Amino acid sequence: MDFDYTPEEQAFREEVRTFLKDNLPPKEARDPGFLKTWLERVREKGWVGFSWPKEFGGGSGGLIEQAILREEMALAKAPPLGTSFMGLAWVGPGIMQYGTQEQKQRFIPDILDSKVTWCTGYSEPNHGSDLAAIQCKAVRDGDHYVVNGQKIWTTGAPFSQWIILLVRTDFDVEVKHQGITCLLVPMDAPGLEVRPIENMAGDRHFAEVFFTDVKVPVENRLGDEGDGWKVTVSALANERSSIGEVTQMFAKLDTLKGLVRNSKKQGRPASEDPKVRRQIAQFEAKIAAMKYNGLRYLTKQIKGEPLSSETSVNKLHRASLEIEMDDFAVELGGTAGVALAGSEEAVDEGSWAKSSLSWPNVVIGGGTPNIQRNIIAERILGQPKD
Amino acid sequence: MNFGFTEEQELLRDQVSRFMTEQCPMAKVRELMATDNGFDQGLWQQAADLGWLGLTVPEAYGGLGLGWIDLTVVLEETARGLCPLPIASQAHSVAAILRCGSEVQKSNWLPTMASGEAVFTIGLYDEPNWIDPQAITLEATPSDGGYTVSGTKPFVPHAQAADYLLLAARCADKLGLVALERGQVTISNQPQMDRTKPMGRVTLDNLTVAEENFLPMSEEDLSYLTDIGAVLVTAEMVGAAEAALYMTSDYAKERIQFGKPIGQYQGVKHRLADLYVDVESFKSLLYYAAWAADEAPDELPRAISLAKGYASDAFAELGIDGIGLHGAIGFTAEYDVQLYLKRSKWARPIFGDSDYHLERVATLGGL
Repeated sequence: MDFDYTPEEQAFREEVRTFLKDNLPPKEARDPGFLKTWLERVREKGWVGFSWPKEFGGGSGGLIEQAILREEMALAKAPPLGTSFMGLAWVGPGIMQYGTQEQKQRFIPDILDSKVTWCTGYSEPNHGSDLAAIQCKAVRDGDHYVVNGQKIWTTGAPFSQWIILLVRTDFDVEVKHQGITCLLVPMDAPGLEVRPIENMAGDRHFAEVFFTDVKVPVENRLGDEGDGWKVTVSALANERSSIGEVTQMFAKLDTLKGLVRNSKKQGRPASEDPKVRRQIAQFEAKIAAMKYNGLRYLTKQIKGEPLSSETSVNKLHRASLEIEMDDFAVELGGTAGVALAGSEEAVDEGSWAKSSLSWPNVVIGGGTPNIQRNIIAERILGQPKD
Repeated sequence: MNFGFTEEQELLRDQVSRFMTEQCPMAKVRELMATDNGFDQGLWQQAADLGWLGLTVPEAYGGLGLGWIDLTVVLEETARGLCPLPIASQAHSVAAILRCGSEVQKSNWLPTMASGEAVFTIGLYDEPNWIDPQAITLEATPSDGGYTVSGTKPFVPHAQAADYLLLAARCADKLGLVALERGQVTISNQPQMDRTKPMGRVTLDNLTVAEENFLPMSEEDLSYLTDIGAVLVTAEMVGAAEAALYMTSDYAKERIQFGKPIGQYQGVKHRLADLYVDVESFKSLLYYAAWAADEAPDELPRAISLAKGYASDAFAELGIDGIGLHGAIGFTAEYDVQLYLKRSKWARPIFGDSDYHLERVATLGGL
């Protein structure tokens, strides 16, 4: 066991820090073109798609370097490396693994250059956690598919250019995981309609997406017909180091401690309240557990041992922390805790109140906590399937 | 960066695991539980011969000179099967002698501890629910060339098996450890839940202790020894908790109700998943604390408080759920899962409960 970095890894960390010093001005000093320049610079460094192979334009970076990069970026509160979160997280890896040569050339560079944003068409009105039961239908007609049906809760649909879409091409199957196909569809395709849904925080990030006789050329199919489930599962399994998240959560905990220091409960400093102190310490213990769990799993990966579904452990911690930390801050504010931006009394300009209404993005988005519990119970503990 | 065990440590784990299966299975543990001291000379000698008792003893004193992280491997595996041998107390005593002992004391005692010839134990606090120098109330009064000690140390782990006892005492404003032979004190069995962790109630009656058997202990030393005690106990909690979890998980796969294994019901499988998350988490925190004890002592207080602050309550809940998920059979004396519930209750307060450790995390974290 050691927490030392090799001279090369240490040098890489220094390189990232130097880059951040040179290219990340404080928020108030950023000009309107900042983000564009930032994206170009990190692209030049090969840090967008850092772990992707060089042949696809990625950085061919190792696991530890990736963890270092994420950690330093999170510490500096830097903007994301690339604008297409889903493109980088699973669409790109899916295309690299299952795509044709043409698809790779056509889609990968645009993801890396932040030219397109991808959204993900998985959930349907009647099928969310039970994803394999989807009904959105595609019928082959010569050199294209005709898609009819509906997707919902499609995060990013209102501002994406492409969607990775799961459709059913065969309804006559023995098990529901068969007969599913993955298509790559431009959002401006005729017959595709996006209706944004307002969420409880007042944002319009997600949407319903309707498909009426949408024609999708066969060359936009990712993987073989009927292989959509395999393509999706392996893309979602493209797990990344959670070190960046952990760094962000430690930073959030620090902010929360600052709030505690400046708050009163029953007329006394909140920082003297045993319940408050215990709760803060419990948050710290959970975040620290995420950190050391993550390092244990990273070590396993470096040694070439396959990970089972251990990453679900940190997903469950993250889910509860996302909800509980904001909830704690709102409660600490008393009546002012629920005040939103615009209120003179709002706590930290209403930012805690706002984020206490935004946790479902993270908590429900990537598989609900109960789905993570199923995964742990079934795949790690070997319990029978539901 | 490598947060994993070495090949040697994995071999050590296999060795201990084999020892437990072959030499100290649950039938043997239950046999020892029925005795007053839970001790078995033959097993103890094997543990010594395998080098486990001298793991943390420097080579100069006849040990292997390895670290707390190596000992963690041993304790995790022995506790998986609730081995009643006083390996943790022996190691805790080693830590105390290394930290507070004179050169003569080290040379006299450490080699006999590594070889297994001498069984040592250590008792720190007299108050049962207080981690603080003031919680040491046993008094030592200076007398001719030494001290007179009188009083009671109510909870000394494995006192009944020990040849020597290191007992914390207060001498005016100062603290120290008095080293005593078993024959000098009166030890009665402390009736308590966990018979795999026998505890003795030690009474001292106007005992004269020579200066050479006194180890001065500063408040920092006491704090360090409390932290090391917590590392040892939490390492055992990891192994025991994992065993209780898998015992319960295996039972859930076999027990059929309403026509299917109970593990198929989400009320059961989700609870098992949450318990798994907890055990994985305090295991990672404990590994870091054990590493810190070896390599980054400044970080030990915060690291062990995170680990034991998490483990104390999480293991206690697991102990209860282990019984609950088994149903009535878990309530029987015959089924082993109840022994783990008892261990969880034993381990929860010792060297600090979650309130103590989380409060310390808050303080060290700047609140």
